[in-house]
Amino acid sequence: MAKWFETHLPKIVLAPSFIAILIFVYGFIAWTAWVSLTRSRLLPRYEIEGFIQYDRLFASPRWDTAMNNLYIFGALFIGVSMILGLILAILLDQQIRVEGAIRTIYLYPMALSMIVTGTAWKWILNPGLGLEAMVKGWGYENFTFDWLVNPDMAIYTVVLAAIWQSSGFVMALFLAGLRSVDTEIIRAAQIDGIPTWRVYVSIIIPSMAPIFLSAFIVLAHLAIKAFDLVIALTGGGPGYATDLPATYMYAMAFSRGDIGQAAASAMIMMLVVFAIVVPYLYSELRARND
Amino acid sequence: MKYTTLAAISSLALSVATIGHAEPQAEVLHWWTSGGEAKAVGVLQEEFAENGGSWTDMPVAGGGGDAAMTALRARVLSGNAPTAVQLKGPAIQEWYEEGVLADISSVADAEGWADILPASIAGHMKCEDTWCAAPVNVHRVDWIWANADVLESNGIEMPTTWDEFNAAAEKLQEAGVIPLAHGGQAWQDATVFETVVLGLGGPEFFQKALVDLDPEALTSDTMKASFDQMRTLRGYVDDNFSGRDWNLATAMVMNGEAAFQIMGDWAKGEFLAAGKVPGEDFLCASTPGDGYLYNVDSFAMFNVDGDDKKAGQDLLAKLIVGPNFQKVFNMNKGSIPVRTDVALDEFDMCAQKSSEDMTAASDSGALLPSYAHGMALRGAQAGAITDVVTAHFNSDMSSDEAVQMLADAVANSM
Amino acid sequence: MTDVSATPAPAATSERPRGRSFGKIALRWLLYIVLGLFALYYLMPLFVMLTTSLKSLEEIRTGDLLSLPRELTFDAWRTAWSEACTGIQCEGVKPYFWNSVMLAVPAVLISTLLGAMNGYVIAQWRFPGANIIFALMLFGCFIPFQVVLLPMARMLGLMGIAGTIPGLIFVHVIYGLGFTTLFFRNYYVTIPVELVKAAKVDGAGFVRIFFAIFLPLSIPIIVVSVIWQFTQIWNDFLFGVSFSQAGTQPVTVALNNIVNSTTGVKEYNVDMAAAIIAALPTLLVYIVAGKYFIRGLTAGSVKG
Repeated sequence: MAKWFETHLPKIVLAPSFIAILIFVYGFIAWTAWVSLTRSRLLPRYEIEGFIQYDRLFASPRWDTAMNNLYIFGALFIGVSMILGLILAILLDQQIRVEGAIRTIYLYPMALSMIVTGTAWKWILNPGLGLEAMVKGWGYENFTFDWLVNPDMAIYTVVLAAIWQSSGFVMALFLAGLRSVDTEIIRAAQIDGIPTWRVYVSIIIPSMAPIFLSAFIVLAHLAIKAFDLVIALTGGGPGYATDLPATYMYAMAFSRGDIGQAAASAMIMMLVVFAIVVPYLYSELRARND
Repeated sequence: MKYTTLAAISSLALSVATIGHAEPQAEVLHWWTSGGEAKAVGVLQEEFAENGGSWTDMPVAGGGGDAAMTALRARVLSGNAPTAVQLKGPAIQEWYEEGVLADISSVADAEGWADILPASIAGHMKCEDTWCAAPVNVHRVDWIWANADVLESNGIEMPTTWDEFNAAAEKLQEAGVIPLAHGGQAWQDATVFETVVLGLGGPEFFQKALVDLDPEALTSDTMKASFDQMRTLRGYVDDNFSGRDWNLATAMVMNGEAAFQIMGDWAKGEFLAAGKVPGEDFLCASTPGDGYLYNVDSFAMFNVDGDDKKAGQDLLAKLIVGPNFQKVFNMNKGSIPVRTDVALDEFDMCAQKSSEDMTAASDSGALLPSYAHGMALRGAQAGAITDVVTAHFNSDMSSDEAVQMLADAVANSM
Repeated sequence: MTDVSATPAPAATSERPRGRSFGKIALRWLLYIVLGLFALYYLMPLFVMLTTSLKSLEEIRTGDLLSLPRELTFDAWRTAWSEACTGIQCEGVKPYFWNSVMLAVPAVLISTLLGAMNGYVIAQWRFPGANIIFALMLFGCFIPFQVVLLPMARMLGLMGIAGTIPGLIFVHVIYGLGFTTLFFRNYYVTIPVELVKAAKVDGAGFVRIFFAIFLPLSIPIIVVSVIWQFTQIWNDFLFGVSFSQAGTQPVTVALNNIVNSTTGVKEYNVDMAAAIIAALPTLLVYIVAGKYFIRGLTAGSVKG
């Protein structure tokens, strides 16, 4: 008995977490899938009605906007954060004297929730109060920076604030990566007279491939979950120009009493997550099997 | 820390409470968190305490109650509903249909609500044949506020038609004044829109289009004209309006930066709080056209266990409709009492006008529920309309496109 | 840390020493300027919040967004901490702040410990199916939280912990497990399995190996996990607003009540002071432990 216990102990330790995840993640996804097939309004109901909620979803121009915004936001946010994070990490890796202080400054936005910083960003980006007014105040009357109130540009202000929040974290990831590159190879390259930039491009950066992946996953996860950011910064406006799937889903479920519709949009969101995460998981597991 | 002990003690008290000496208890979920409003709720709490009750405050601000509604759904689903919840319009009946509302008919009958409330407002408080919510106040939505000095110095009278308004706005624009102070949030766009529909189409059309959702009315020429007027109004708004809170727009009227604001009478509270005098510093008038759009705040009582909580619900319902609270609360909030038997001598001229107009509109059948403030339609339909209104206002969409989108969106929301 | 030798020195293999050294100094200056500009970008919102919280309302109305306060006043901070109204109660964010502490600390500790044990099992005690379990747990990181609100509410009700701090702790532990397990698994996977084998030969069991060998080795990754979890939990609003009741609301909900009040005179300085107070613990954690955070990341969690 004690022997059996000892050999199965690892599984017993893992079991509660695993069961919890099964119920609270997969059970809830199944629940959402079920509800998305019903005509649930204010509270969930369980009589299946077919795919009507999906028909409604795809007929909604607001959902189109939300998905388009997700693509724009996701691509720019992930792309710029990665590039900026990498550049900052490389710059910081040049034996900077006040590295610790600068690192903390770059990293701290990750510590704050957007509920906290949203108000400040709203001010800074507001043409009448913030940057535009300030630069105009300096005498540059023609300066305009009105993205926040321009329906075509407002989503880019969301991108700007999101990059502000996360690029420092990506910088930290890359910096950690740079610090763990084998120093012998670099020294050897230098002795061979290879220029610094080439050392980075052809040796250091390629060796950080796993970090790109980690950064990508963290950023993708933030992009898909982006919610507070939009609520605090634009409230989804002007109009619904900065709506994202998460805010759409929230509006349907909680301010409109249209839970069936919310569940359908959640399922589409889950599909997007699935499409992004599964290749990552596959690579993770393959690496484990090597 | 204090709260948790309190919660622990009260749940302990709950479990040992026996029938007979139940101390009235209420946990109240609301989103009145700002100065004047919170003060107004404080009045209720004091009265509640004076009558031997203990009040637990559960405020959740944000998004005009969105966050509070999120909390409410979670609480109801977890079988832990708050005692009383700020809830209004058809949402009350929607929650009733889910079978979670308590019956407060005994209080309502004892207090004679049927006799003291206007019939159309009483209708909102009833679920089938029982009373399930207690009304707090009547806000009028179709108000237009103006800076008296700005109008005078530009030789402008309060407009009584939309054409007059447009003419006045042109004149103001030439004089370098922002004609219309507006905040670009969806609900504010919707507020302006519904007053335009009421003004251009009249009460009957409003009823057909925004209450009955008649497809013909939704795509009619009158509706197109309403969107045209919205486009015109867009030209009278400053460039900076997106996302602006309504009270900041009110401040623009107050300091003469802008001439007009279209907003419900909660805006009056802002003027009064700044020490402005109605009729002298600022003017109030109904928006161009006939009719009266009401927005009635109310508290719905949820099914709860325990005699102390039930006693709390009864006491709360009684106090909310009671004359003292009605008077004090509404003077703080800018609205008027729901009871027709409260003397309005101490109220300002705008409130008195609101009350007179309400009686007149009630007689002529022009007393209508506000769609923008969740009094006329269920959430899904009202939201679908607002989506179109705000998308149109914030883009260069044509009115023809807008009415088509409107009809589609309404059909899609059913 | 072996970073010093890792840094390529540009002048090391110079062909034209004089030009190089001038170029080097210029480059160095450029580097510091660029880094400084970015620092400004990152600091701007915090700067705006801080200066605004120290100004009087009058000065906010008339002054420039980025200007320093003419007269320092800490009234707004006092108001935000203990006097600002969040509904009827006017006790500031103080009581809510303690709610947040009482929920964040246990939730962070429990989810970190569970994550450590899960990571230990998955990385070092491989058994058939462990990979699948790990994949399934990882996927749990990505579920949008809005999706789980309603069914979670029902479950908390059934479990009898709805509206309580233990209920909130439970929710945060569940949805933190994916990330903490990922951190520890990736860290432990770099430790050779021979270590466990050797310990087993010495007669140590599963539990002893974990507490005596692995946990002491894990300081860097524990720091990463704690920072990550603390930030997530402290800043959470959605769970906090949905699964609390009067008396258990966390500080983010109180902050929202103060900042998002829709009527009345907006006291921007109080808003900002409340926001900074609500952010102080996480800020402090990043400032104090930021160095260890990078070290922890370097130590393995990002290697995948």
